[in-house]
Amino acid sequence: MTPQIAVFLVLAAVAVAGALNLILQRHPIHSALSLIVVMVALAGLYLLQGAEFIAAVQIIVYAGAIMVLFIFVIMLLNAGEEERENLSRLARFVGVPLGLVFLVEVAYWIARATSHMAQSSTQAVSTRELSTLLFREYVFPFELTSFLILIAILGALVLARREDSD
Amino acid sequence: MNEFAAQHPIIIVALPKIVVVLFVLLTALAYLTWFERKVVAHIQARWGPYRVGPHGLLQPLADGLKFLFKEDITPAGADKFTYFLAPFLSLSLAITSIAVIPFGPKEFTIFGQSTPLAITNLNIGLLLLFSITSMGVYGVALAGWSSNSKYSLLGGLRSSAQMVSYELTLTMSVVGVILLAGTFNLSEIVQAQQGFYWGFVPRWNLIGAPFPQVIGFFLFFTAAVAETNRAPFDLVEAEQELVGGFHTEYASFKFAMFFMAEYSSMITVSCLATILFFGGWLSPFPQTGMWTWTHYIPAAAFAIAGVALVIHGVRYLTILGRVVLPMLGLVLCALAVLFIRPGVPDFVQGPFWFLLKIAIVIFVYVWLRGTLPWFRYDRLMTFGWKVLLPLAILNVVITSLAIVLTQK
Repeated sequence: MTPQIAVFLVLAAVAVAGALNLILQRHPIHSALSLIVVMVALAGLYLLQGAEFIAAVQIIVYAGAIMVLFIFVIMLLNAGEEERENLSRLARFVGVPLGLVFLVEVAYWIARATSHMAQSSTQAVSTRELSTLLFREYVFPFELTSFLILIAILGALVLARREDSD
Repeated sequence: MNEFAAQHPIIIVALPKIVVVLFVLLTALAYLTWFERKVVAHIQARWGPYRVGPHGLLQPLADGLKFLFKEDITPAGADKFTYFLAPFLSLSLAITSIAVIPFGPKEFTIFGQSTPLAITNLNIGLLLLFSITSMGVYGVALAGWSSNSKYSLLGGLRSSAQMVSYELTLTMSVVGVILLAGTFNLSEIVQAQQGFYWGFVPRWNLIGAPFPQVIGFFLFFTAAVAETNRAPFDLVEAEQELVGGFHTEYASFKFAMFFMAEYSSMITVSCLATILFFGGWLSPFPQTGMWTWTHYIPAAAFAIAGVALVIHGVRYLTILGRVVLPMLGLVLCALAVLFIRPGVPDFVQGPFWFLLKIAIVIFVYVWLRGTLPWFRYDRLMTFGWKVLLPLAILNVVITSLAIVLTQK
């Protein structure tokens, strides 16, 4: 077993455990913390692939900015523990089997897709190459996305603005 | 031994480096508290710590012991796991960030393994630092939330809002430097600042062509002070309003860990300011011609400090001081003698100038705390979003314009 595979297994195990914990924890803050663990583990996996920039951005944007907002809102609302109910009959006889089928399906397609990708080995992409791609070839979708985000921000502002009293 | 080293570079090279850097960092942390108390005391015309050891030099040790032996209280109704996690998260993140800081240009050799004067030299060094800073919010926010106390919660909320807001400015303010250097690698950023204008003015980013990063530096430093929760932006732990802020309910060593985290991030930020704007380990003097005598400045500085310490020490009030201070002085003199041996001046240059610049930045940090009054909380947020952030964006635009226009 090469060190790469060992590190991969550890990170993957941490990511999966974090994801499970996210669902199983009853307190919103604990769930949010588990999500942060998942994101950091994913960043580690990107790093393992040589995608340094993506890994750093993953932590800065997801773990460092978005999740901080999550935690901030949970703290502000002082959300308590969620109450747990027994599985309803519908969930037990339809939901669980359907979920299992979905899981097998996804696993099958991922396994198929990755067996094709194994031949075209992924090269480590430096920050410079990535930005060249982003700002030369994919500049149109990139700018379009930023416009979309801008519109979303403006929409949020319009919705959140108080009505002027005068 | 050399063969073993070649096979296991991690054990032989990386581990000792980590241990040494960690030891130096923790000692520096301890004495930073002493330094801060002394400087603030003198600003306020007091003496500061004076009783424990000569000039209060053993005060950090006494403080550490006191923290260790205090009762460790967990407040009723606290969220145990998160309550324990918060200080560990704070401290470990703050300490990790020192790993990418380069202390000097020269590579040195242990057991035939050549290695740079930094724990690691990453291509994404700067990004890694920012990702660690962005995670730093959690320590404070979680501590505030998990303590089950309204003061802590208010402190935690304030801090998350403040740190998220100022992080934007912090990140935007260094974009100018990244544009000038063209890399995220901290060593390469320093190397890009080599050279002199008219033969003697250093080409540091602060005053570098085509667009001096003066605005960038002030934005960076302001945002960094806010990001590390230091006065005049330390509303997170505003004593008059929130008792102790997010760490009100923490006692004993867990409290000490928050303290250490704060000072550790102070050191990291000072390192970063030095690297990004003041040429890192580069000497402020040219290395050739009529300037070669500057190679001996480190030795001279150590010798003068040593002699002064000896002269002062033999007349000190207490017997302990009369023994310890001259001995310290003699150690400094011995180091000075070591520094003028052939080959050594070159090697010492980098770390000496780097540490000197860091010390100056840290002094300014403490000076700010001793001088400036607080911001009101709403003013703080307005200042961050409506003044600092637009200025940072302006700085990026002007810098990139200047680079494009001069690049023909």
